[in-house]
Amino acid sequence: MTEPFPGHADYVLGLADDALVSAQRMGWWISRAPELEEDVALANIGLDQLGQARALLAHAGRLEGDGRGEDDLAYWRDEREFRCVHLVERPQADFGVAMARLLVFACYQAELYAALLSSADETLTGVAGKAVKEVAYHVDHAHHWVVRLGDGTDESRARMQAALDAEWPYVEELFTPVDPALVGAGIAADPTAFRAAVLERVAEVLDEATLSVPEVTPRLGGGRRGLHTEDFGYVVAEMQHLARSHPGARW
Amino acid sequence: MVSTQTRRSAAWALAAEVPDPEIPVVTIEDLGILRDVAEDDRGWVHVQVTPTYSGCPAMDAIADDLQERLTAAGYQHVDVEFVLSPAWTTDDISQAGLAKLEAYGVAPPSPTRGGPVGLALSVRCPQCGSPDTRETSRFGSTACKSLWVCRSCQEPFDRFKPL
Ligand SMILES: [Zn+2]
Repeated sequence: MTEPFPGHADYVLGLADDALVSAQRMGWWISRAPELEEDVALANIGLDQLGQARALLAHAGRLEGDGRGEDDLAYWRDEREFRCVHLVERPQADFGVAMARLLVFACYQAELYAALLSSADETLTGVAGKAVKEVAYHVDHAHHWVVRLGDGTDESRARMQAALDAEWPYVEELFTPVDPALVGAGIAADPTAFRAAVLERVAEVLDEATLSVPEVTPRLGGGRRGLHTEDFGYVVAEMQHLARSHPGARW
Repeated sequence: MVSTQTRRSAAWALAAEVPDPEIPVVTIEDLGILRDVAEDDRGWVHVQVTPTYSGCPAMDAIADDLQERLTAAGYQHVDVEFVLSPAWTTDDISQAGLAKLEAYGVAPPSPTRGGPVGLALSVRCPQCGSPDTRETSRFGSTACKSLWVCRSCQEPFDRFKPL
């Protein structure tokens, strides 16, 4: 397959890495969530994201044309070659943080995949067609918890607000403009075009949860250019450890 | 859509018997995830299946099972392709599939008719038939199911989530 637009593979890689790294962080919750049902829920949400990531990585590999498959891209790239945003790559060892992040990320993915339903790239359309329905459940799940904790006790409300405040500086990076040539060709969805819809949806949930939209200065980001947070190296190492220690292993 | 001709082929009949690894009472045909079985003049078989969810971990097992059954039946060259479009929906589950699910104790999904995922007005308990049930978790033992409990017989049950 030829690649008419130089940034096409890189764009797909960004979408793939967001989903992949979010899934990896979600997996941390298995056996650690506040209740068994939540373990199962977060595992399933992570699995949906992983499924999206696999299809997107395989597609990025084909677009690159260097013969790299989904496993090569997931397990054999170094930190600087990943294109995920900082929102998804940091640890989320606090349940409030996990839910604040999921709310933002799922609302973002909902708009992203809805926009990609009309992409000129048929593989992206196919992935989006499945993902848009799965992500609706993720939004619903985060919505439920953010309202339950926000409009809960003084303690849960304060902690939910603190979690939101911690995540908010990383929200803006999601809307980093993509290559205008890709948008013009109808391949990429322009994140600046659906930014307002995402923020509005999140704000509606926060309002229902009696929480306030944090007023903070956005972080600079840089994930799409391969610049990552200090924590990212650790999660990549954990994700790649098995494949690199036992090359060719199947599990 | 699957043509009548394809449906009648011997290869389709074999592929259609492959059970879902997670809910073995239903076949991949019942679930509507078997999309096409094409046999060319050389006798090579090309099977198309679609995942229920993007991350469905059963797909590899299904592909292995398809390979095994078709190869055992004498097809020398079998390949299995995963297709994403059109996206699978619970509306693709056949009437027979819905009935088997219910008999197995999994409440069937309500029709989505292509609309957004909504809450069902009432989900009937597959054990006692009571409509007095409540959802305990939107995410069940697999991505495609949610967890419910019946207020009448007190039994928990799985429901196939509308998608
Ligand atoms: Zn009952």
